[in-house]
Amino acid sequence: MRYEAPESLEGAVALLAGAKGEARVLAGGTDLLVQMRADILEPDLIVDIKKIPETRAITEEKGGWRIGAAVTGAELKEHPRLKNVWPGVTEAANLIGSTQVQGRATMGGNLCNGSPAADSVPALIAAGALATLVGPNGKRDLPVEDVMLGPRKLALQKGEIVASFLLPPRPPRSSDAYLRFIPRTEMDIAVVGAGVSLTVDAAGTVTAARVSLGAVAARVLLVAAAAQAIIGSRLDKPAQDRLEAAAQAVCQPIDDKRGTVEFRIQVAGVLARRAALIALDRARSN
Amino acid sequence: MAKHHVEAIVNGDPVEFLCETEETLLDVLRDTLNLTGSKEGCASGDCGACSVMLDGRLVCSCLVLGAEMNGKKVETIEGMASGEKLHPLQQQFLKHAALQCGICTPGFLVAAKALLERNTNPSETEVRYWLAGNLCRCTGYDKIVTAVMDTAAAMRKG
Repeated sequence: MRYEAPESLEGAVALLAGAKGEARVLAGGTDLLVQMRADILEPDLIVDIKKIPETRAITEEKGGWRIGAAVTGAELKEHPRLKNVWPGVTEAANLIGSTQVQGRATMGGNLCNGSPAADSVPALIAAGALATLVGPNGKRDLPVEDVMLGPRKLALQKGEIVASFLLPPRPPRSSDAYLRFIPRTEMDIAVVGAGVSLTVDAAGTVTAARVSLGAVAARVLLVAAAAQAIIGSRLDKPAQDRLEAAAQAVCQPIDDKRGTVEFRIQVAGVLARRAALIALDRARSN
Repeated sequence: MAKHHVEAIVNGDPVEFLCETEETLLDVLRDTLNLTGSKEGCASGDCGACSVMLDGRLVCSCLVLGAEMNGKKVETIEGMASGEKLHPLQQQFLKHAALQCGICTPGFLVAAKALLERNTNPSETEVRYWLAGNLCRCTGYDKIVTAVMDTAAAMRKG
């Protein structure tokens, strides 16, 4: 098994594009090493992207924020400004694993692990984040909701990597929130996750919204109907009920030991409503 | 392929070692450097028994490759006491009998030290959340949490 730690995106792409056999990108390693240890994966080549400056930086760009794919959850949380502008994205990334895991786990890895229950992904989708991909044919931006196609299936081409995420500029009175349900308080995988990002006007009417649900389908969903259900409202009870119904209507969850189909559908509606109310509360005080 | 030649700093001392790609930092610490204080519990980042500091950041050494260690600084449980003098956390763990079988103890100590270095006055809730990634199947956690809280109080007094 070969290990390489290139110092440029071009170097990483060349290694991955030229790889014979199975190649894997190593960011935080909190999924990759577990899968290697469990003999689920035995890559011929591991490309560690943490020495590439672009993957490790948090920078302001065009009024928004660019976050490197290999920035850790702990680094996101410690950033002096990000948690005020994007509290939902920050809290979602920080729900992944323990303090120890937070020291390593990254949003790039969380997305590319290809799990529908990935906590940071609904928050990124609700945020309207773009994933910046770099590959043999150059650079392209893909909305985060289009990166994952299904469990362990990504829209990446051979040799292509997620280098960073771009969070868009925030209008005044905007905020976001992410909630998940797990049977304990820490260290578990989402039974359902819900991310909501919204903007309100001076009167408190929702003028823009995005709603995303995790762990209720084969991929993390962007739920346009749920956003439409609250745009133009002040998130009063009828709007909350419409949001809940719209969120539940798109769920196609699996039945497993973590939760039944009925339970997941119900909880998806409840979490979408609660996340929207938290985002609203935050947006009003912005 | 040839083994990786790695130079790192472990507990303040420069070390050099050779490792295969698939060897974790925990494998290297235990099997190559003979630092067997860090334990392997789950090998999947769930139990925290292998907790170490990597460039000042608390991590599970089972989730890090040895090959990643070039130029890195690692601190393990072996570096915690100063010679014969135990760290205040170690003293409080003994005083409160915050361990039984002892397998989880090095990980708890390393993790708790990392907490107290950032927060000298944590609430009990903060201690419990910070240590949520360290599993103990013997003590029921109360004595561990008490030992950490008492250490923090003693360190604040100086």
